[in-house]
Amino acid sequence: MIEERNEPAGDTPNAARVASVTVAARRERRSFGSLWAWIIFLIGVLYFTVPLIATFAVSMRAKPAFAAYTNSFADPRFLSSLLYSFVIGLITVALSIALIVPTAYWVRLRAPRLRPIVEFVTLLPFVIPPVVLVFGLIRAYSRPPLPFTNTDIGSSALLVFAYIVLSLPYMYRSVDSGLRAIDIRTLTEAAQSMGAGWFTILVRIILPNLRVALLSGAFLSLAIVIGEFTMAVYLARPAFGPYLQLLGANRAYEPAAVSLISFGVTWLAMIAIAMLGRGSRTRIQVGGAH
Amino acid sequence: MTFLELTGVQKRFGDVAAVEDFNLAAERGEFVSFLGPSGCGKTTTLRMIAGFELPTHGSIVIDDVDVTHRPPNQRNVGMVFQSYALFPNMTVAGNIGFGLRVRKRPSAQIAKRVSELLALIHLEDRGNRYPYQLSGGQQQRVALARALAFEPQVLLLDEPLSALDAKIRIVLRKEIRAIQRQLGITTVYVTHDQEEALSLSDRVVVMSEGRIEQIGAPADIYNFPATPFVASFVGTLNLIAANVIDTGTGRLSVDGQEVRSAKPITEGRAGGTVTIAIRPESIELGEGGGANRLRGTVEDASFLGSIVRVRVRLADSQTSVSLDTFNDPNLSPPGIDEAVTLSFPPEACLVIGSGPAPVVDVVAGA
Repeated sequence: MIEERNEPAGDTPNAARVASVTVAARRERRSFGSLWAWIIFLIGVLYFTVPLIATFAVSMRAKPAFAAYTNSFADPRFLSSLLYSFVIGLITVALSIALIVPTAYWVRLRAPRLRPIVEFVTLLPFVIPPVVLVFGLIRAYSRPPLPFTNTDIGSSALLVFAYIVLSLPYMYRSVDSGLRAIDIRTLTEAAQSMGAGWFTILVRIILPNLRVALLSGAFLSLAIVIGEFTMAVYLARPAFGPYLQLLGANRAYEPAAVSLISFGVTWLAMIAIAMLGRGSRTRIQVGGAH
Repeated sequence: MTFLELTGVQKRFGDVAAVEDFNLAAERGEFVSFLGPSGCGKTTTLRMIAGFELPTHGSIVIDDVDVTHRPPNQRNVGMVFQSYALFPNMTVAGNIGFGLRVRKRPSAQIAKRVSELLALIHLEDRGNRYPYQLSGGQQQRVALARALAFEPQVLLLDEPLSALDAKIRIVLRKEIRAIQRQLGITTVYVTHDQEEALSLSDRVVVMSEGRIEQIGAPADIYNFPATPFVASFVGTLNLIAANVIDTGTGRLSVDGQEVRSAKPITEGRAGGTVTIAIRPESIELGEGGGANRLRGTVEDASFLGSIVRVRVRLADSQTSVSLDTFNDPNLSPPGIDEAVTLSFPPEACLVIGSGPAPVVDVVAGA
C-alpha cells in the first residue's frame, strides 16, 4: 500500500498516518470499482458486437470481397422494399401521432379516470400475436362493404392500420411520458384565456413541447415497421421484412449483408432523430419553481 | 358604472359548495382583491369569471354581456397564473405575442405591441430569451405582459406572486398596480396575503368557506371588520370576552373593569356575553390613549424592531391583552410584572359577536 501524505503531519503523526491510509484505501476502492465497471461495459459491448462481427464475417465469405453487399445494392428489390417499408413507417408514425396525441392529451386533461382503460388497450398489441391480428384484418376487410385487400393501395392502407396498432404501446407511452413532464392543464388554460381553440392549442403548444417524446416514439415505431415480417407477408406487401426472408431462403451470404445494411440504416435514422431532438430550447419549467 | 358583475354565483362540486351566493359589482378600471384562507373559494370564483369553471347557479356579466356560459377563449379575459404558465417552446416575444397571433393580427402590429409591452415590463433586451432563461420575477412579468397584450376587458391574477421571495413580491406588486392604473383595466386579484390585498386594492372581498364575509375599501375592512372572521383574518387584534352592561350606551365589563363601545350594542343583550376586538395599535400604555381604561400587569414585552409588543394580564383575570407601541430608543419597555394602565378610545372597541371569545387573544392575520 502506498502511503501518501495529504495533510501535514504536524504534531499528530498518528492522525496523519490514519488520514494517509484512508485516502489510499479510498483510491484502491475507486480503482477496483472502475475496473468492474469496465469489465461489465466490455461484456455489454461484446454482447452487442459479437453477433454483428459474426454476421459481417459471414457476409465476407462471398467472393470477391464485399460481393454480398454489391449484389444486394444491385438488386432492385432491396432498395424498393426498403423504401416501401420506410414510407409505410413514416405514414404509420404520422397517423399514430395524429391519433394518439389528441387522445392522450384529452385523457390527461379531461378524463383521467379513463387512463387505466386506455393503458390496458395500448398493451393489447403485446398480447395479441401479429398473425392473429392480420388474419382478423383480412377477414374483416376482404369483402364488401370495405374490401381493402382487393387493391394494392387498400392492402397498403391495411398494413398501415395494422402497424399503428402494433406501435401503439410504444407511441402511447412516449407521448404519455412527454405529457407528464409538462403542466398541460395550466398551459391549456393559459392558451384558452388568450383566445386559442383546441386545434391551436394542440398544434402550437402541446406538439412542440412533445418533440422529444414524439421522436423517441417515432424511432421505435419506425424500427418495428422496417423489420416486421408477418403482417407484410400475409397482406402480400413488398416490404423489407418479406424481402429479407426471401433472400435468406435463396441466397447464402446476401442475407447477412442486407441485415447489416438495414442495421446501419436504422442507426443512421436514430442518429438523425437524436440530432434533431438535441439543442431543444424547450426546457420544461415546473410551475412557479425557479 | 358596473363593468364586471357577479350575481348569485354558486359553485357546487357534488355535495360540497365551494362558492355560495357570490355577489359583486366592480366598476370599470377597479382593482378588486379576493382575500381569504386556502379553500375559501376565491380561486374557484376567479376561474368562473375566466370560464374554466361553470357556475352551478348565477350569472357573470362583463360590460353588459352575459358570459356565464361562454367558453374561456371567447371572453376576452386575460389571466396570470400562479405558476406563470409560460409556453416553454416560445421565446418571451413569442409568448407575449401569442394572443395577438391567435387573433390573426398583422405581424407588424404584433411586433409593435410586443415591443411596447417589453418596455412596460422593463425587459426590452429579453425578447429572444426562453422562459427557462429568466428568473421567477421576470417570468411573472412576461406572464403579465402576455395577459395584457390583446387588451382584455378584465385582468385576472391568481396568486401571481406567491412563488416569489418577499422582496421581489413587494417590487412586483407595485409594478402590477402601476401598470393596472396606467392601463385602467378592471382587475381581479386573488391572494391569501392580506398585506398584498390591502396595499393593492380599491376594494377587498374577504371570503371564508365559500361565502363573502365583507366587501369594502381596505381601510374599512381593517378598521371596521363586519364579522369575527374578518376581524381575525385581517390584521392582528385582541379578542376579549365581555359582559354587556347596557346595549344602548355601549357599556361593557371586561373582567370587572368597565369599557365602552362607540356604538350601541346589537350583537347581544344586557347581561349576556359578547366578543370585543381591539387592535393592538389602538391601545396605549398609560391613560392618554382614550376614555377606556384597563388595569393589569405586564406579562411580556417583545422587541420586534420598529414595534414593541407588550402583553398585559388584566387585573384579577386570566385575560391577556397585547398592544403595539413604536420603539423609542429613549424609553425602555415596561418590566415584567409591572403594574400598568391601558387606554383606548371607544371607537377602537369593536363588538363583533355574541358568545365568549376564542381561546387565543391575539390572532395574527394569515
